[in-house]
Amino acid sequence: MTTHTATVSTGRRLRGLGWHVLIIAMLLLLLYPIAWLLTASVKPTDEILSSLDLLPTRFVPENYSTALDGVAGISVWRFFGNSVIVAVGAVLGNLISCSLAAYAFARLRFRLRGPLFAFTLLTIMLPYHVVLIPQYTIFQKLDLVGTFVPLILPKLLATDAFFIFLMVQFIRGLPRELDDAAEIDGCGPVLTFRYVILPLLKPALVTTTIFTFIWTWNDFFSQLVYLNDPETYTLPLALRLFIDQTSESAFGPMFAMSVLSIVPVVLFFLAFQRYLVEGIATSGLKG
Amino acid sequence: MTTETLRRPPPGSADPAGSGRNRPRYRRHRPGIAYLFLSPWVLGALLLTLGPMLASLYLSFTDYDLFTTPNWVGLENYRKLFTDDPRFLASAKVTATYVLISVPLKLAAALAVAMLLNNARRGQGFYRSAFYAPSLLGTGVAIALAWRALFTDDGVVDSLTGQVGWDTGGWINEPDYAIYVLIILAIWQFGAPMVIFLAGLKQVPQELYDAAAVDGSGRWRTFRSVTLPMLSPIILFNLVLETIHAFQAFTPAFIVSGGRGGPSNSTLFYTLYLYERGFSQFRMGYASAMAWILLLTVAAITALFFGTSRRWVFYAGENK
Repeated sequence: MTTHTATVSTGRRLRGLGWHVLIIAMLLLLLYPIAWLLTASVKPTDEILSSLDLLPTRFVPENYSTALDGVAGISVWRFFGNSVIVAVGAVLGNLISCSLAAYAFARLRFRLRGPLFAFTLLTIMLPYHVVLIPQYTIFQKLDLVGTFVPLILPKLLATDAFFIFLMVQFIRGLPRELDDAAEIDGCGPVLTFRYVILPLLKPALVTTTIFTFIWTWNDFFSQLVYLNDPETYTLPLALRLFIDQTSESAFGPMFAMSVLSIVPVVLFFLAFQRYLVEGIATSGLKG
Repeated sequence: MTTETLRRPPPGSADPAGSGRNRPRYRRHRPGIAYLFLSPWVLGALLLTLGPMLASLYLSFTDYDLFTTPNWVGLENYRKLFTDDPRFLASAKVTATYVLISVPLKLAAALAVAMLLNNARRGQGFYRSAFYAPSLLGTGVAIALAWRALFTDDGVVDSLTGQVGWDTGGWINEPDYAIYVLIILAIWQFGAPMVIFLAGLKQVPQELYDAAAVDGSGRWRTFRSVTLPMLSPIILFNLVLETIHAFQAFTPAFIVSGGRGGPSNSTLFYTLYLYERGFSQFRMGYASAMAWILLLTVAAITALFFGTSRRWVFYAGENK
């Protein structure tokens, strides 16, 4: 009897061990490109493409100082600052406008609520390219192409329907009694929103912040379309400019700059990975 | 303040369970405040979504070039696209290939890893986050640059495949292989659907697995008869989102091909060609027609998924 249990548990432990070995092997393979990018950023340029070794033969931290010098006479910090302005603007825009709209859709009554909310859900599936050209024309007529306005204003006007949907779902899960109690205390919708809903909405607001920040930080397409002066370039555009100008001769500094550009995403990821992963699991957001 | 309190029904008549029937009605009387909350959204929906949608539909029938007044050309843009533009047809083919191969493989990888992780006794949270990391970083320019370097001639991947006797002649410079560099990059980001599958797997009642075990079902049978049907709503959800997503892929193709969609148009994604027509050549009418074809394609495929879902999506609690 005892020997039997012993074999069973040894077998189970071995299977558990095998499971961990399998998963870790998969992870190593999966994370290899990221590790490669990190070590490439401190390799001598001639070693980057050809060498199969992950570790450099010679450690070249100067890649980073070259990268920090930037491109076209503009420091990397400038690009960094531009990316921060765009990302923070987008985050604030989404937080304010989407929470306002979500409260109206989830709690207030008005005649067009059904059709308008259905329209919001449909726009989640709408390819950006369909609205891009007229939007571009509008911003061009207003002389705003080349500024950050076309990148931030749409967020302030709640065009990121996914976050409205996320917040509506969340508000619907909050007990109605709270609203009623606030009303008994004399709060109208504005005060109820401010003092009851908004504090409770925090988890959804955190998810919105993280995803808006990371998506905007990684975004390339709309920044490519709207920004045309290197002084206003964000990091993704600066990276591309860097390849064009150095014509691939400076791989080391280019990867150093790449690493710098993903640092905020990695930090956000490490700091919030619990919320982040749970946010996707519960709301169906994507990376 | 007092008027609001007075408008309320007397306390005794309020629904004690709060289920909503006898809820205070004041909200009905103040639709204005709702539109106040909704005002940013209304502006955005009219000026940045609905208006532009209609405008781009109109522009797709014109020769708009951003600088002069658009002239009505009827279906000319559409005719040209389908009968007189080999690059458009190439871009449609490249995108179809990309969607058809990357989406199923990505979802299969996501489901397989989710099932593996679902058995975790320990460390599931850590693994879940680690597998998700590529989904976050992979959409940016930095990883696309790394990908280009990894798959370049005599680069890391080329050397490895060469060593096992698989000589592709380079990956990103070979028209037959270049698209797979981008497909592999897409599959590599299976973490996002994986996390959603994992959440779905937790919802499958253990009793169903126990019942399957009592019936003597093997692993494959259990997977076919329990896991797949119970997950089917989530499979539909992931399928729709990933497909819409894949149709709009841009950054990796732009970076890997240096913005040109080469070699020989083999990575000329639909959006890349749309960008080229619209923002390099200022053929905005033409690009608008392309945008509308994209919209109609995505809408048709989404409708197809939902239309057939009755046959293969199983909702728990539904009578069969």
